[in-house]
Amino acid sequence: MRLYLKYLSIHLKSQMQYKTSFLLTLLGQFWSSFAMFLGIYFMFSRFQSVEGYTYSQVLLCFAIVLMAFSLAECLVRGFDTFSVIISNGEFDRIMVRPRNEMFQVLASKVELSRLGRLIQATIILLYALPSSGIVWTFPKILTLILMVFGGIAVFSGLFVVYASLCFFTIEGLEFINIFTDGGREFGRYPFSIYGNNVLKFFTFIVPLALFQYYPFLYLIGKVTNPLYMLTPILCFFFLLPCYFLWRLGVSHYKSTGS
Amino acid sequence: MIELKNINKTFKVARRNSGFSEAAKSFFRRDYELIQALKDITFTIKEGEMVGYIGPNGAGKSSTIKIMSGILTQDSGECIVNGRIPWKERISHVSEIGVVFGQRSQLWWDVPVIDSFELIKDIYKIPPKTYRVNLDELISLLNIGEVIKTPARQLSLGQRTRCEIAASLLHNPKILFLDEPTIGLDAVSKIAVREFIKTTNQRHNTTVILTTHDMQDIEALTERIILIGKGQILLDGALTELKKRYSDKKTITVEYTGNKFTLDEGMTCLEQLKGHAKFVLDTNILSVSKAISEISRQVEVLDISISGATAEEMVVSLYEEYKI
Repeated sequence: MRLYLKYLSIHLKSQMQYKTSFLLTLLGQFWSSFAMFLGIYFMFSRFQSVEGYTYSQVLLCFAIVLMAFSLAECLVRGFDTFSVIISNGEFDRIMVRPRNEMFQVLASKVELSRLGRLIQATIILLYALPSSGIVWTFPKILTLILMVFGGIAVFSGLFVVYASLCFFTIEGLEFINIFTDGGREFGRYPFSIYGNNVLKFFTFIVPLALFQYYPFLYLIGKVTNPLYMLTPILCFFFLLPCYFLWRLGVSHYKSTGS
Repeated sequence: MIELKNINKTFKVARRNSGFSEAAKSFFRRDYELIQALKDITFTIKEGEMVGYIGPNGAGKSSTIKIMSGILTQDSGECIVNGRIPWKERISHVSEIGVVFGQRSQLWWDVPVIDSFELIKDIYKIPPKTYRVNLDELISLLNIGEVIKTPARQLSLGQRTRCEIAASLLHNPKILFLDEPTIGLDAVSKIAVREFIKTTNQRHNTTVILTTHDMQDIEALTERIILIGKGQILLDGALTELKKRYSDKKTITVEYTGNKFTLDEGMTCLEQLKGHAKFVLDTNILSVSKAISEISRQVEVLDISISGATAEEMVVSLYEEYKI
């Protein structure tokens, strides 16, 4: 952990070398997610509710997903840009350093400009928290926190899957972005509005709904069963197959050396 | 220290012809070709030895280094370094080796070099005292006291290479792998780097394995060379031994006035212009004194120089001899 902080301070120093670029990226990140917010805003200026969800409820959902995504992207960015690490041979360097490979990739990049999204998410969340009409009892607050952490877990897992596939293809596979960036886009609305099949897919295959849809139902009081509150915990199990895929990728790298 | 026994390694390489339709076709079905990168590589390197690992591009030098440093696993054969199997015990293995890839940087680009060193100290868990001692030694030997306060991206190649070498020696490695360390350096930096490698080897008894295309590196540093070509070890022996083998060949350069002279048996022409000639003399056929008297009989010699085989020429003739 101490070493991670050291890495972090190097990244901080590096990014401060390019102040203007940093600020512009930060702003860009902020405005690009602001466009998503506008999408929701205009939708609700036409319709009172979408599938029974109100404006501020959808905003709450959106803020949680965006927050989880931006935190995951900020911290796990090394895996997101892993195809670069592989193709420029930096992974060889990682292999000759006496630390866990996963840790080094994780620490190899910390993208602080992604905080632009996080700021956006925080603002929306601050707006949606009181206006959603939810009484914020302790279990509800816990649910909210679990949702964010579950979301970080799933998005991080997806980034790891993306990186692992680079071992086999060298080039990144853009289709994973359907689940990461796409997950963020779709995740603006509770997954049930896309129909049953989509919901099933996001429950059992790519468990985005486990931190978004089910606990969200509990949050807004559509269900009272406290089990719904705990579904984000299941998200952490998603990390296991991701981790094994990563191990498989590393051993593949060792035997091909590409 | 380092033991390689019958190492084999094959790579699968995708092949296709040029053209868009070929590219599209390869998207669905690729033709692979198996390339044997290493064939039956066997050698042993003792502690404190300096070994030059040479061979043309694509001969398998880097693959061997990668196997020894735990980045790659061999298909078959045995590789033991420091009593460990590199890829199996990667972390404990790599904490005892240092690797310099001449063409790739291990420094963080945007921060002063000293920050990179500090981070490396933590990555390798170097005790503060050892770090201080090593850093002071490296700074004075490599003359980088001022340089390390500058961000890596603003350094000249020579300065950066010296910092790279320092970075890979901070943790007192027992073995140092240098993959083309002097590539692209000017003459002064080259000599500085060579001197430094020599000193490190003598002071700390560090085993050094050096791959290079620069034969002066080899001549200045190593006593033993291993020649690899097309994945096979072709030659493994002392540099002096090898030189002896080629010592019956002398390169003679002559400046003269008059017409071109004819070469006798035993002289192989390298270049002959009007007034200037360079040739290789085989002393088994013709002695040096006879050759000189023969030339001066034909033309007026202005200047003449005779030199034994340089490492460069030896390698060229080795490559030719083994057809690689």
